[in-house]
Amino acid sequence: MNGDHAPLLAASGITKDYPGVRALDGVDFDLLPGEVHVLFGENGAGKSTLISVLSGAARPSAGRIEMNGISVEIHSVHDARALGISAVFQEFSLVPQMSAQENLFLGEERRKGMFLGTAEMRREATRILAELGFLLDAKRPVHRLTRAEQQMVEIAKAFRSELSVLILDEPTASLTDHETEQLFTLIRKLTARGVGIVYITHRMAEIRRIGNRITVLRDGRYVATLPVKDADDDTLVKLMTGRDVGAVFPELALPPPGREILALDRVSTAAGTVAEVSMNVRAGEIVGLAGLVGSGKSEVMQAAYGAIPISAGEVRYRGKPVRKPSPRMAVREGFLYMPPDRKNEGLIMMRSVRENMSLAALNCAPFRRGMFLDLGGERARVGQIARQLNLNPCQPERSVNHFSGGNQQKTMLARSLTKKFDLIVFDEPTVGVDVGTRAAIYRFIVEQARAGSAVVVISSELPEILNLSTRAYVLYRGRIQAEIERSELSEETVLEHYFERGSA
Amino acid sequence: MFAIVGHWLKLLFVRLGILPFLVLIAVLVFALMSENFLTTRNLMNVLRQSVYLTIVSLGQMLALLSGGFDLSVGTILAISSVVGALVMAGLHAAMPESIALAITLGFLAGVLAGTTIGVANAIGVAFFNVSPFMMSLGMASVGFGIALYLTGGVPVYGMPIEFGDIFGFGVWAGIPAPVWFAALLVVLLAVLLYWTPWGRHFYAVGGNVNAARLSGINVKGTLIATYVLCAAFAAIAGMLLTARLDTGEANIGASMPLESIAACVIAGVSLRGGIGRVENVVLGALFIGLIQNGMNLARIESYLQTVVLGSLLILAVVADQIRLRFVASIKD
Repeated sequence: MNGDHAPLLAASGITKDYPGVRALDGVDFDLLPGEVHVLFGENGAGKSTLISVLSGAARPSAGRIEMNGISVEIHSVHDARALGISAVFQEFSLVPQMSAQENLFLGEERRKGMFLGTAEMRREATRILAELGFLLDAKRPVHRLTRAEQQMVEIAKAFRSELSVLILDEPTASLTDHETEQLFTLIRKLTARGVGIVYITHRMAEIRRIGNRITVLRDGRYVATLPVKDADDDTLVKLMTGRDVGAVFPELALPPPGREILALDRVSTAAGTVAEVSMNVRAGEIVGLAGLVGSGKSEVMQAAYGAIPISAGEVRYRGKPVRKPSPRMAVREGFLYMPPDRKNEGLIMMRSVRENMSLAALNCAPFRRGMFLDLGGERARVGQIARQLNLNPCQPERSVNHFSGGNQQKTMLARSLTKKFDLIVFDEPTVGVDVGTRAAIYRFIVEQARAGSAVVVISSELPEILNLSTRAYVLYRGRIQAEIERSELSEETVLEHYFERGSA
Repeated sequence: MFAIVGHWLKLLFVRLGILPFLVLIAVLVFALMSENFLTTRNLMNVLRQSVYLTIVSLGQMLALLSGGFDLSVGTILAISSVVGALVMAGLHAAMPESIALAITLGFLAGVLAGTTIGVANAIGVAFFNVSPFMMSLGMASVGFGIALYLTGGVPVYGMPIEFGDIFGFGVWAGIPAPVWFAALLVVLLAVLLYWTPWGRHFYAVGGNVNAARLSGINVKGTLIATYVLCAAFAAIAGMLLTARLDTGEANIGASMPLESIAACVIAGVSLRGGIGRVENVVLGALFIGLIQNGMNLARIESYLQTVVLGSLLILAVVADQIRLRFVASIKD
């Protein structure tokens, strides 16, 4: 922290009105050179709106922005770039068919007379990538790069011109641990050069590792700014939600598990993502599946569910072998898998919450009577579930895309309440969800197990595995490395098997 | 004052789409241009003339709902008309005394022949992942070729007179027979879409195919039902139109792909799938009928009518985009 410097960027009294709603209400924010300033708050607290304003993607209704003590007007993303402010949003603005190099100069092509200065752009691209320490082939089309490499290209775009402020919106959401490390190294390099970084994340561990100061927003208002070293979990959650949430993780006092619901016997997938996995899940227990991104922990359950093809091995459900698993059969038999990517795999965004919730249970009461749907019964049941889960706003007829991320997630997870499921798989149940909603989701998961369902939690976040599972499997490269009982479960025992056997 | 009315209109536009505004403007304009326009007789005419497009649009709506579309509906009309007429005329010539049998078998043969095109579309789309655009475009050419080949390009005559009398010109309880057919199909489709699980599956598959699959919905089955039903609707329209014309023709239905998609889009069916309502599609088809009738009464040349229709289609799509922008701006 360089406390004696003048702020690089200072925004005061920023207000942003949308028709009928005030998204930001007089928010103050400042950024020092060389610091990582974390923006923290619930979904819908105004973080995204604030960075839209700072990066020129949205114009504030009121308030002023200063850079290095001089008042500036930012009317467009272009203006912001000219001032050295660049943002990397969760949705990349890359053209998949073009090469990294072409993307780098998209909209600011270097020219030679009236033609493209291809040679110059190639030199520039190589220089920028080398300077940032990004090892990637600039001639390769972007769709053939990994998610992390695409993010590198997106970040490199910010360096076309002189950069002083970099805004990162949940940059690690889809990165592997290794890729996250690379990103953190880069951030350190940038801050050493005096670049200020605005960083949005829900992950406490990341805040600790790279953050200098945290500004908390709630309901579009500024709540507080505090140094990271003074911010423990409880303080942050309290500031963010305005109330005591209590423990984030619920008490795990579950009765001893019942009969075996699912068993896998040396199952391999056709794509090779899972190899000879044997495991089982019993009624009333919560089995955690841990592992790196790409360890096959999702694929194991997708294979059992029939979402991806199996090449060898046997799946037994409630004691009976399943010859060819399919999601259709699985749902009918009371086995529900809820995917990590709610937008692309979980929800039908333009349809109502009601239709989304009841989707997997249309074949049974109270949603169906004879060959027809029971619309009254459906409304009643969905309304009841929505109230139980504190859907906000509690309007099940609104289409899902008008809800915040946390409420969308609740809508998807609510499917497991629409009928009696014997086996429920939660794959990354809290992706992009704020801490308040997160606590609600954890309670929800534990209640399902207490009600007698067999539950599987697949998670890349170690705390979820440690605090929610009664038993856990650790996977590495498609194989089970270890099975760990609750009594043995700790960060060390899990991490020991996270990487290649013997090397960690 | 104007601001309030403007805001109110904007809300109405967001809620209902562009169709009510277009209908209102069309009625006003045509009523001013021709005094015959707003008469019961003429409006009944509009209703009767729109029947065929309405039925085809219902099928097209299913294809759009599932996230695809069907460009072969015109061909389906043609092939059902030709095959239906050939079978009916053949049976009638062979057994002049069993008229009812000839009509029934002919009608069924026509519908079956048209539906076959839909089965082909369904297999391509559901099992081989061919894009609906390419599949139905290809089948449109295949079907049209077969229809021409079967007839040598000449209209098919020789169907029993009763066929046209009943299905084309019949009037039951003061309402033309084809309108009864359309009404029945509208009700059946509405029940299917709104009150059965299968209806919900069409919306789910079109809205997000991955989510539908993971929720245990039979995606392939739904896609097959989509294209088969779409073809069956078009084929029924083909047979009704054949009854009206009293001949089997390979050239009927050429304008159907454009008009049926236009009717759906004007009625707010999303081209991205997952959104659309039966009653609006009926209104959309009636609106196109209304425009064509009005332009005829106002003596607008048929070539120019095509220009108007194309423009309306584009206007509807533009209006839909503007509506989405409004929705985003007043989203609370």
